[in-house]
Amino acid sequence: MEQAKLNSLKKIAANIRLSILEGVHSASSGHPGGSLSIADIITYLYFEEMNIDPKNPKMPDRDRLVLSKGHTAPALYAALAEKGYFDKADIKTLRQADSYLQGHPDMKGTPGVDMSTGSLGLGISAACGMALAAKLDGKDYRTYALLGDGETQEGQVWEAAMFAAHYKLDNLCIVVDLNGLQIDGPITEVMNPTPHDKKLEAFGFHVIVIDGHDFEQIEAAFAEAKTVKGKPTAIIARTAKGKGVSFMENQVGWHGSAPNAEQYAAAVAEIKASL
Amino acid sequence: MAEKIATREAYGNALAELGDKYDFVVLDADLAAATKTSIFKKKFPERFFDCGIAEGNMISVAAGIATTGKPVFASSFAMFAAGRAFEQIRNSVGYPHLNVKIGATHAGITVGEDGATHQCLEDIGLMRTIPGMVIINPADAVEAKAAVEAALNINGPVYMRFGRMAVPVINDTPDYKFEVGKGVNMVDGKDVTIVATGIMVNMAIEASKALAEEGISARVINIHTIKPLDKELIVEAAKSTGAIVTAEEHNVIGGLGSAVSEAVCEACPVPVLKVGTEDTFGRSGKVAPLLEMYGLTVANIVAKAKAAIALK
Repeated sequence: MEQAKLNSLKKIAANIRLSILEGVHSASSGHPGGSLSIADIITYLYFEEMNIDPKNPKMPDRDRLVLSKGHTAPALYAALAEKGYFDKADIKTLRQADSYLQGHPDMKGTPGVDMSTGSLGLGISAACGMALAAKLDGKDYRTYALLGDGETQEGQVWEAAMFAAHYKLDNLCIVVDLNGLQIDGPITEVMNPTPHDKKLEAFGFHVIVIDGHDFEQIEAAFAEAKTVKGKPTAIIARTAKGKGVSFMENQVGWHGSAPNAEQYAAAVAEIKASL
Repeated sequence: MAEKIATREAYGNALAELGDKYDFVVLDADLAAATKTSIFKKKFPERFFDCGIAEGNMISVAAGIATTGKPVFASSFAMFAAGRAFEQIRNSVGYPHLNVKIGATHAGITVGEDGATHQCLEDIGLMRTIPGMVIINPADAVEAKAAVEAALNINGPVYMRFGRMAVPVINDTPDYKFEVGKGVNMVDGKDVTIVATGIMVNMAIEASKALAEEGISARVINIHTIKPLDKELIVEAAKSTGAIVTAEEHNVIGGLGSAVSEAVCEACPVPVLKVGTEDTFGRSGKVAPLLEMYGLTVANIVAKAKAAIALK
């Protein structure tokens, strides 16, 4: 990857992280940890990978993204705002009663949201439906689904995995955000869903394991996914929950709590200093 | 007696017939032979997808397809559609108000021998609580077929409830018209109104005949659309007859009886007595003795009608 492109992606990702923190801090609630862990992947998807048009959010042949880990809506909203789907100033209204930015993504109310999600395990199935519809209609758009690692404890994820492989949905690419933590603790202690690579391989996926914060690896993985025929692709992205804010990184407590004013200021300073 | 055909059979036939006219997809969860989506599958194999025994995934897949603009029918037994996949129906379909039609067959105790685990008596109640959900429970094959086409003309979620058992065709009249949300006056009467749905409509008509022999004039209304409920017609019937009996193959809690009671309470409180399963699970058996055991009979409708009149 060229240095200029890498620098640009890093800058966008930093802005997305700032928006995540701004939204969650303004709302005094929300899920910063898992939003920060997918910030780089979501940056790459919205700014490099996906064929989309913020001026035409419902473009029929657009690529789709289903945020199956819907609680990390702040990351999705940050990417959409950064991309120009709506005013960045509205990020501050996250989770407020008069806002169109719901705590979990609402496809009816928010431009650019392709599927309403929030209840874990349901989004990957909806993504399968979109990918199947593309095949039926002879369209070449691709569908992406972002899943949490804890989310893979939901049985429906594996029902959907079976479906995706059975119907050879090679236009579907799922990303498992392997940050290792869920509300009650480390995923391996709460209810061990690993190894994702071997399990998804056994279910019929083409599996790619990457560092989910390395743009070169992210780019290579999405490029590889597009070359795979006859089976869906799963990218297992090793990430750090809370990535980019040192006091949040790998701390389970930041799964679903908002920074106070002091913490917010420190987090913003750290991200700005990283640029 | 007219010919008998199960509403599930009419559902499968309607899908196959309407497949020529409308572009839709049909999903099933390993029950195509029983839900009769197999009839569609035979004619349009490229538009039929078996999801295997994974009803939750099937409903969310249906939602995903619907986001692309294509209507989808998703079928299973009522127990595994409304029951097992309730949350997927609520969150993947209901909340984004997607164009998914749930074809739920084998509703109620007329499932028969398979018993309680397969006899869904709470689906109407469950579906009624989902905002924007349309619920249609056809009385016979004619109505079932009409309901499928009507559902295709609604841009949003529809829950259709079909039965396993063959039932008499009662709507094969030249002027038959199906309108979503409109109750149908089947028999005129002035002493009491029997508001029935599904397989109980025919029994309600029989009950009105039995009551007539005793000098009681019973009106019969067929409510094929439980949501949105034809409140206007129900309230008008409450005013004109002063007493109501509801009849449904469903728990008396949450279904048609509850919906009618809610409507009547708000506008014209009159006695509303309910025929339905009395907050109990079903059991294995042949259909005839089961209907008898659970009070889903002409005789019970007659008895409740008299009791409702006595409360006036």
